[in-house]
Amino acid sequence: MKSRWRLPLRTVALGYLALLVVVPVGSVFYRAFQHGFTAAWDAVTTPEAVHALWLTLLVVLIAVPLNTVFGVGVSLILARHRFRGAWLLDAFVDLPLAVSPVVVGLALVLVYGKTGWFGNWLAGHGIQIIFSFPGIVMASATVALPYVVREVLPVLQEIGTDQEQAATTLGASSFTAFRRITLPSIRRSLAYGVTLTTARVLGEFGAVVVVSGAIAGRTQTMTLFIQDSIDNLNPVGAYAGAVILAIIALVVLTVLGGDREGRKAKWRSPSDQSPSDSETLSPSTTSVLMSPMDH
Amino acid sequence: MLRPAARASGPTLIVTYLSLLVLLPIAAILSKSFQNGFGSFWTAVTQPEALAALKLTLICSLLVAAFNSVAGLVIAWVLVRDEFPGKRVVSAVVDLPFALPTIVAGLTLLSLYGPNSPFGINVADARIGIVLALAFVTLPFSVRSVQPVLAELDRETEEAASSLGASSSVVLRRVILPSVAPAMLAGAGLAFARAIGEFGSVVLISGNLPFKTEVASSWIYSLSQSDQLSAAAAVSTVLILIALIVLGAIGLVRRRFNVGEAV
Amino acid sequence: MGPSGGGKSTLLRVVAGLESPDSGTVEIDGQDLTGIPARQRGIGFCFQHYAPFRHLTVRRNVAFGLEVRRRPKAEIRAKVDELLELVRIAHLADRYPSELSGGQRQRMALARALAIEPKVLLLDEPFGALDAQVRQQLRVWLRELHEKISVTTVLVTHDQEEAMEVADRLAIINEGRLEQIGAPAEIYDKPDNEFVMKFLGPATELDGAWVRPHDLVIHNEPGIGGQGAWVERITHLGFEVRVDLKLDNGSSTWVQLSRGAAAELDAVPGDQVWVSRATPSKRQGALTEVVS
Repeated sequence: MKSRWRLPLRTVALGYLALLVVVPVGSVFYRAFQHGFTAAWDAVTTPEAVHALWLTLLVVLIAVPLNTVFGVGVSLILARHRFRGAWLLDAFVDLPLAVSPVVVGLALVLVYGKTGWFGNWLAGHGIQIIFSFPGIVMASATVALPYVVREVLPVLQEIGTDQEQAATTLGASSFTAFRRITLPSIRRSLAYGVTLTTARVLGEFGAVVVVSGAIAGRTQTMTLFIQDSIDNLNPVGAYAGAVILAIIALVVLTVLGGDREGRKAKWRSPSDQSPSDSETLSPSTTSVLMSPMDH
Repeated sequence: MLRPAARASGPTLIVTYLSLLVLLPIAAILSKSFQNGFGSFWTAVTQPEALAALKLTLICSLLVAAFNSVAGLVIAWVLVRDEFPGKRVVSAVVDLPFALPTIVAGLTLLSLYGPNSPFGINVADARIGIVLALAFVTLPFSVRSVQPVLAELDRETEEAASSLGASSSVVLRRVILPSVAPAMLAGAGLAFARAIGEFGSVVLISGNLPFKTEVASSWIYSLSQSDQLSAAAAVSTVLILIALIVLGAIGLVRRRFNVGEAV
Repeated sequence: MGPSGGGKSTLLRVVAGLESPDSGTVEIDGQDLTGIPARQRGIGFCFQHYAPFRHLTVRRNVAFGLEVRRRPKAEIRAKVDELLELVRIAHLADRYPSELSGGQRQRMALARALAIEPKVLLLDEPFGALDAQVRQQLRVWLRELHEKISVTTVLVTHDQEEAMEVADRLAIINEGRLEQIGAPAEIYDKPDNEFVMKFLGPATELDGAWVRPHDLVIHNEPGIGGQGAWVERITHLGFEVRVDLKLDNGSSTWVQLSRGAAAELDAVPGDQVWVSRATPSKRQGALTEVVS
C-alpha cells in the first residue's frame, strides 16, 4: 500500500469510528454523571432500578446455561452424525438471526399468550408465561439461540473424531471421552460462544418489550428500565442504567477481544513450529535402541 | 461411533427445546398471518402505513448496508495493513456496537445527535437518525466479514500486478476488490438482514412518526399493542421472508466463493 | 496391505470395534468380541494422524488409559516412565503434542496404546504422514520394539516396501477381498494371482505370462534358448540397470540387471539379444538353476 494513502485512510477510518461509536458512547457516560455521581447513583438504586438489574441478571443466569447445553448438544449432533434433515436443523437454529426481535416476541405471544395456541392449557394449569418471568427468559433465550452453536460446531467439525475414538480404544466410556477429551478441546470456542450469548441476553430489548408488558418492579428488565426512564423524562436514570450495561458490555468485550487474538494465533498451523523428525531420530538413537537386545 | 448425548433423551430434549423456542413460534406467526385468508393477509401488508413502514425500512437498510460495506472495507484495511499504537483498542471499538444493548445504542445516538445535542445537530424524528442507528449496529458485521479475507490475501498477487506496471488504483480495482467482493457482499447481506429487523436502537431516535420515521418493526410493535395480532403477524411474515431470502443468497455466495464465517 | 480404498483400514477398525461389520465375527484369543464395544476389547489402536490429546501433556496422554481404569497414581507414574523410556521420548514428557515432531507423536501414540497392555496392537497406516526417511527409521524401530514387547500387532499400510520389511505374515487386500496371505517372501515369489504379482513388486510380461524383471536373463548369444529381442533403451538407476527390450514378436518387456551383469552384457540400444527366464513361472513351483 502506497504510503501516501496510509494517513488519509487511517484518518477516515478512525474518524468514522470516533463519530459513530466512540463519541456517542462517551457521551452516555458524560450525561450519566453530568449532575454528579450521587445523582447517578440515586437514579440506579431506586427499587425499580435495582429490581430491573436483578431481573436481568436472573434471566442471564437461566437463559445462558440453557442455551449453552442446547448449543453443545446440537453441535455434537451436527458434527458427529450425517442425516437427511441436518441442514434443516442448522437453518432452524440460525433462524433467530433472521428474525426481528419484535417478531420473536410476537411469535411467543401467539403460542403462549392467553389467546395463543397453548393459552388455555397454560391457564388451566395456572402457568403464566407471557407478561411474566418465564416469558422473558424464553424470549431472551430465543434471540440468543445460535451463538454457541456457531462457535462450537466449526471447531468440532475441524477436530474430527480421532481423539474421541482413541479415547474409546483406551477404555473410556462415551461420557468420559466427552468430559475429558471433547470438552477441553472446545473450551475456547465454547467460552467465546457463551460470552456472545450473555451479551445478547443482557442487551435484548425488542422481544422482551413485547413479551413482558414492561411492568415496572415486576417484569421490567434493565433495558426496559432504560427506555421507561427516557419516557418518564428521567434521563439521568436512563443514562446511569445505560452506563451499567455499557460497563458489563466492555467487560464482555475484553474477554472477547483477548480471545480473538488467541484465535488468530491458532490459525497459524502448528506444523510450522514443530521440530522436524530428522533432528530427533538419528541413526545413533536407533542403535541405542538395539543394545538392550544384546543382553 | 461416539454418542455422548445418546441416551435417547438427548436429541429429544434438544428437539423439544428448539420446538418450544423457535419452531412453534414461527409456525404460529405463519399461521396467524393467514388466519383470515390470503385476502386479509394482503390487506394487512398493503395497508398504507404498513407499506410506508416497509418501504422506509428497506431503503434505509439498503443504504446502510451499502455504505457500511465501503466503510467496513476501509476500517478492515486499516486494521489489517496499518500499524499504530492502540490498534487493539480500535479493534475493540469495532466490536462495541455488537456487545452493547440496542437500547443503549439508541440512547447514545440520541444523546449526541438528538434534541440536547452538544453539537447542535438534531436528527431525532428524522430519517437520517434511523440511518445513523442502523449504521451503528451493523458496523461490526461489515468490518468482520471482510477482515479475515483481507488478512489472508496473498500479497504476492499484488506485487506481481505492480511489477507488471499496474498503478495502485488498478491493483485495488482489478486484484484486491475482486478477491474481497464476495466477503463484502456477505457482510452487506448480514448487515441488511440485521437492519430490517432492528428495533431497540431505532425506536428512541426515530420518534416513530407514522409515514415518516416509522420502521417496520415499530409498526409491528404498535399493531401488537393494539391487539391486531394477525396484521402484525402478516407484516412479520414479510420481514422474515425478505431476511431468509437475503441470508439464503449469502449462503450461496459463501459456498460458491468459499468464504468462511467471521461473525 | 493393499491399494487405497481397498478396505484395509475398515477391516482394522472392525477388529478394533470402531466399525460394525454387516456379517461375520471377530475373535481374539478364542473369545468372540463381535458385539463388544471398542473400549472393552483390550486392543490398542494407533491412527495415521496420531490422534493426540492436544490439551494434555505427553505424560498425561500416555497415562490416559490407566487413569480411565483408575489405577493408583504411583503405578501409573511408574508405567508411564517405563514406556516413555522404551519409546525414547522421556525427555519430552512434559511437552504438549504440538511441540513434538510427527515421528515423536507417533511414538507417543504407541506408548499410549501399549500402556493398557493390549492383547492386540492395531496400527492404521502409522507412518503414512511422515517423510520417507523418517518412515524408514521408524520401521526399523518398530520391528525392534516388537521383538521386545511381543504383542500381536496388525499393521495396515499401502507402502509395499514397508509391508515386506516389517511383516512376519502379510495379507493382501484389494477391493474388499483378501487376495493372499502368507510370509512376505513366499507371496513375493509365489503370487496367487496377477494382482498380487503386480502389486507386490515390479512385473513384466513375457510369453503372455507375468514375471519379475529381475528373474529374466539377457544373453548375447542365441544358443541357450530364449527369445530374440532388440535393446530399446538402457537406464541406470543407481545400483540397478533397467533394459527395455522390443521382442521379435512385437511386444515389449523390460529386464532388471545388477550393474555387474549389465557391464558383462555390454550392450547398447539397437543390439540384438536373447531373453529368457532365470527361474520357471510360479505355476511349476520348483526352482531351477540360474541360467548364465
